[in-house]
Amino acid sequence: MQFGLRSRILFSYAIGGLALSLTLAGATLVLAGRQLIDDREEAATAVAVNNASRLSNQLTPDSTIEDLPAVVDSLTSVEGAQQLVRLEDSWLPSPEIGRDDLPAALVARVTDDRAGLVRTSIDGRPHLVIGVPLFAFDADYYEVVDLAGVDGTLGTLRFVVSGAAAGTTVLGALLGLWASGRTLRPLRRVRSAAEAIAGGRLDTRLEPQTDPDLDRLAESFNEMAGALEARIRRDARFASEVSHELRSPLTTLTSSVAVLEARRGELSDRSQTALDLLTTDLTRFSRLVDDLLEISRFDAGAAALDQAPMEVLPFINAALRAGHREGIPVRASADASRLVINGDKRRLGRVMANLFDNADRYGGGLTGISVRAGDGTVRIDVEDDGPGVAVAERATVFDRFSRGSAGGRRGDDTGSGLGLSMVLEDVRLHGGVVWVEDRSGDVPGACFVVELPRAAEDPDEEDTP
Amino acid sequence: MVAVDTRILTVEDDERIRTAVRLALEEEGWLVDETANGEAALEAFARAPADVVLIDIMLPGIDGFEVCRSIRRTSDVPIVMVTARSDTHDVVAGLEAGADDYLTKPFAPKELSARIRALLRRVRPSETTPDRIRIDRLELAPDEGVVRFDDEEVHLTRTEFRLLVELANNMGRVLSREDLLERVWGYDYFGDGRLVDVHVRRLRTKIEPDPAMPRYVVTVRGMGYKLQA
Repeated sequence: MQFGLRSRILFSYAIGGLALSLTLAGATLVLAGRQLIDDREEAATAVAVNNASRLSNQLTPDSTIEDLPAVVDSLTSVEGAQQLVRLEDSWLPSPEIGRDDLPAALVARVTDDRAGLVRTSIDGRPHLVIGVPLFAFDADYYEVVDLAGVDGTLGTLRFVVSGAAAGTTVLGALLGLWASGRTLRPLRRVRSAAEAIAGGRLDTRLEPQTDPDLDRLAESFNEMAGALEARIRRDARFASEVSHELRSPLTTLTSSVAVLEARRGELSDRSQTALDLLTTDLTRFSRLVDDLLEISRFDAGAAALDQAPMEVLPFINAALRAGHREGIPVRASADASRLVINGDKRRLGRVMANLFDNADRYGGGLTGISVRAGDGTVRIDVEDDGPGVAVAERATVFDRFSRGSAGGRRGDDTGSGLGLSMVLEDVRLHGGVVWVEDRSGDVPGACFVVELPRAAEDPDEEDTP
Repeated sequence: MVAVDTRILTVEDDERIRTAVRLALEEEGWLVDETANGEAALEAFARAPADVVLIDIMLPGIDGFEVCRSIRRTSDVPIVMVTARSDTHDVVAGLEAGADDYLTKPFAPKELSARIRALLRRVRPSETTPDRIRIDRLELAPDEGVVRFDDEEVHLTRTEFRLLVELANNMGRVLSREDLLERVWGYDYFGDGRLVDVHVRRLRTKIEPDPAMPRYVVTVRGMGYKLQA
């Protein structure tokens, strides 16, 4: 499984926190445990030696084992300690521990008049056994200290330290979260810049960074963006320059052909045919150059919108008039009469002209237009009488120089092949969408739908004629 | 309808375009004076004023904008600019320099002659136009072809004058850019609205006491322009 950079940083911090706190906790527990036992041992030994000396003082050579309990009871010792005494061959056991519980090696050593101390386990619990010989008598004094109390303290300590370790781990994770956020923030900026460039804002750059590593990244990123921008602009400029260069000869050709057209009567039939060919292809060529220039503007991001509020129905009618298609029926929904969009009428006029042309060229003729209001939008349907556009071709039909299967034959085709791609660009520039679907009802034919955002209602203008 | 001796002065540095355009204009029955650069054009215009001037913007030496401004200093002759681009900058700069209309290369000669004919059209006040209109300090005499501000004659180009007369014919009513494009320039709905905007701006600098706060030719946002009584 692959983790993201953010998770990895977070985990590193959490695990680092955990390891650090475990080490510290372990060391604390070991050292504290050792210290606690040493302290208890020291205290118990001191008390035992003291008790042994007090016992020795209270014994007389005549003392018997029967005299001992009273004496032993008067001794005080550390908590949980029990006393045993050997007098000659008799033992005074404590309530819980008898002579047999004591380690034999220690008993032998103490009997031999050497004091000793042993840690041992009695009834499965850790005990400290201290043996002190009473030199004046044939007697020894033993104290057995239960070390379980130390374990209890250690257990509490362990609990506290574990809690602290867990806290440290959580803190480490939080720190990791913060650090990963901080580390990734410049990356987020790089991401939004990259997205902006992909979205067409080619002049997007990163600001210089204070961190030297990040600054180098920003610098490289900016260099890349600069190179990319220069290249795209160069390509677009090239297309634009080529188109410009073609405009001068085209002007000469158009004017000259017009003169020939005006004097058509003076030409022979053959010359007239040749002139017709010349005129038709010159028209097509001019249009291609115009369209290419416009496309290069789109590519360079230099296409400017000259928007003004415009009513949709008068616009549609004007578009039909401009294309000498006054007879085409326009169906408008009841609410369509006051629909206003914020549009560039020349671009939208071209959109309509291209859609009408497309219907005539490839769709068996324009059959009708309908206009209706959508949700905050205006929907314009341009319908034709052709075979429709196959589902598989509906996306590619808007590609440049795509003529689809129906348009494959060139014949007398005088389209530039750029019409629908320009429709797409122009509509998009207006913040609208365009697509193609089947005509509604059971009639064959394609329906090109243009959906444009409606202009915001301005009540101030309602009462103006 | 067009006088036989209509003279058109053309300025175009590309010899082939110049010749082809001359041939096409001559087909319309107009006399064509062709020049290859700005200096020659100004000389020719000084020698024999033309009825319409056709100026290519890209010229060696003084450019088309400058030729346009020079002619405007002495004459209200209709000027058509020819641009290689329809970019906002060139078009607006040409109109600001004083051009009445513009064409983008490659243009069809039919389009060119239609533009020229529209500019040559005489101002014809409609029957509803009063002989004399007076608003505040502004006085318009359509039949005389004169506009006065504080009884002082204001010099308007023919297009500016026609624009003012159209607004006066519809006193107090809003005319959309499309209405004005059709009535003044003879364009259809898809004419360039910038023509109207720039001419209104120029008109205001001549007849408004404060062009930034127009008193007479007011903008009705989202609708168009109107002449306010």
